[in-house]
Amino acid sequence: MEIDPFIFRLSIFILSIFVGYYVVWSVTPSLHTPLMSVTNAISSVIIVGAIIAALSGSEGVVFSSSSIYGFLAIILAAVNIFGGFLVTQRMLAMYKKKKKDK
Amino acid sequence: MSANLSAILYLVSGVLFILALRGLSSPETSRQGNLFGIIGMVIAVTVTFLSVGNFSSGFIYVLMFLALGGSIGAFIAYRIPMTAMPELVAGFHSLVGLAAVFVAISAFINPAAFNLGTPGNIKLASLIEMAIGAAVGAITFSGSVIAFLKLQGIMSGAPITFKGQHLLNALLLILIIILTIYLCSTQSSNLFWILIAVSFLIGFLIIIPIGGADMPVVISMLNSYSGWAAAGIGFTLENTALIITGALVGSSGAILSYIMCKGMNRSFFNVILGGFGGADQTTGSQSKEQRPVKSGNADDAAFLMKNASSVIIVPGYGMAVAQAQHALREMVDTLKKNDIKVSYAIHPVAGRMPGHMNVLLAEANVPYDEVFELEEINNDFANADVAFVIGANDVTNPVAKTDPQSPIYGMPVLDVEKCKSVLFVKRSLSPGYAGIDNDLFYKENTLMLFADAKKMTEDITKNL
Repeated sequence: MEIDPFIFRLSIFILSIFVGYYVVWSVTPSLHTPLMSVTNAISSVIIVGAIIAALSGSEGVVFSSSSIYGFLAIILAAVNIFGGFLVTQRMLAMYKKKKKDK
Repeated sequence: MSANLSAILYLVSGVLFILALRGLSSPETSRQGNLFGIIGMVIAVTVTFLSVGNFSSGFIYVLMFLALGGSIGAFIAYRIPMTAMPELVAGFHSLVGLAAVFVAISAFINPAAFNLGTPGNIKLASLIEMAIGAAVGAITFSGSVIAFLKLQGIMSGAPITFKGQHLLNALLLILIIILTIYLCSTQSSNLFWILIAVSFLIGFLIIIPIGGADMPVVISMLNSYSGWAAAGIGFTLENTALIITGALVGSSGAILSYIMCKGMNRSFFNVILGGFGGADQTTGSQSKEQRPVKSGNADDAAFLMKNASSVIIVPGYGMAVAQAQHALREMVDTLKKNDIKVSYAIHPVAGRMPGHMNVLLAEANVPYDEVFELEEINNDFANADVAFVIGANDVTNPVAKTDPQSPIYGMPVLDVEKCKSVLFVKRSLSPGYAGIDNDLFYKENTLMLFADAKKMTEDITKNL
């Protein structure tokens, strides 16, 4: 009997939860705010769905009822991707070690 | 691009996202981690373009909207003050939630574009995944909007409760499940819209009873939801990158909520159901007895610190409100010049989001190896000469260790009272968020400094 591809995706999902669990526990508490902003940025990978949706219009029709939602989602996700990664970078740049000459 | 190749590349970007989070285990590797995250995102977006392979006029619009959103995001990222980080994160969560809703709607209207069947005849599994993605996305959106408004101060941070609130939420939750089941059997678009509307409503209702200082839990929880929403959509689109990311973000948010709840010694449900705040606050202020406190000025504080050999700083949300982090660092610099050892003690729930204080101190150029977590530093208070509490309150209250009647009993607190002397910067004697009096105010060795945190810190620096 063939295995439904859904089962494979479910396996990836469950294993990723475990990976996430162990990876996040190893994040140092002082970086919890950057953790939130970077998870925010990466969850905007939902933009791949938005792009597919936006390009779903038939030949010659750019804005159909379904593609408009895709375009709106692209704007939202893009705000998040750029905003999320840049603000994380800005924060991380501020974490400095004690200067040795002090 | 072949489906197999794109699937592998999506997997690569998922792995890069894991590495992005892994990098955050220490500040040295974190910047590299962020870079991995960016590369992962670029791969995911590029692969999507190539696999759709439609470079018609629509593609130009996609790039335009991408640039539009991107520049808005970049603008916000550079302009936002570090003290406003909780609001920003809440705002960003709402966008992820809404984007998930939009993608789900689009997939529902035009399932053929996603290989999910035809309108009115969508594959059952896809329909369930879509419904879950849309519902969780909608809850994330409206919940985050409320959290944002509360943090921004547009909406009162006080919990809003009414009779039958929990019953209503429970009924709505059951309604969502029933709607999903009917949606699957009828494929009716009306049901889909109602499902989304009810989800928006429930997100709103879940967050309004939660008070300001419980925001760290709420933000982490919404973080988690935005992940599950993304994962739901990932299943619909059969996209590995989205599934992996959704699972990562979902578990990350869940762990942060857990850490925050533990920091307050409260169960997750207690926070979500709007446990303390409202009722306790009024009883707390009524039962307040008039006890003598010692209050001092900047001169006294400077004298105490000058004669100390070690000082521990305990910052809290009040420091963020007063924007006192830079003034504080200047004070510490002066202390260090006098050969006084200074360290910072951070309670897990200090501020309005996980790690809030650490970011503010980092912004003020405080080296991160001088900043310690509760477990690391709690034993040092007994050996320190001065504890300088700035903008924190409940997290220093010894009542949590001594009085089983207290609402915060059992909450881990910083052992500030063990210091030889305590300097407490506060605007008034008013109780903190939990609505209870802080015994520390009345201790023999406590000196209250009634003033704005920033101004007081600046004055102390002048007097040192």
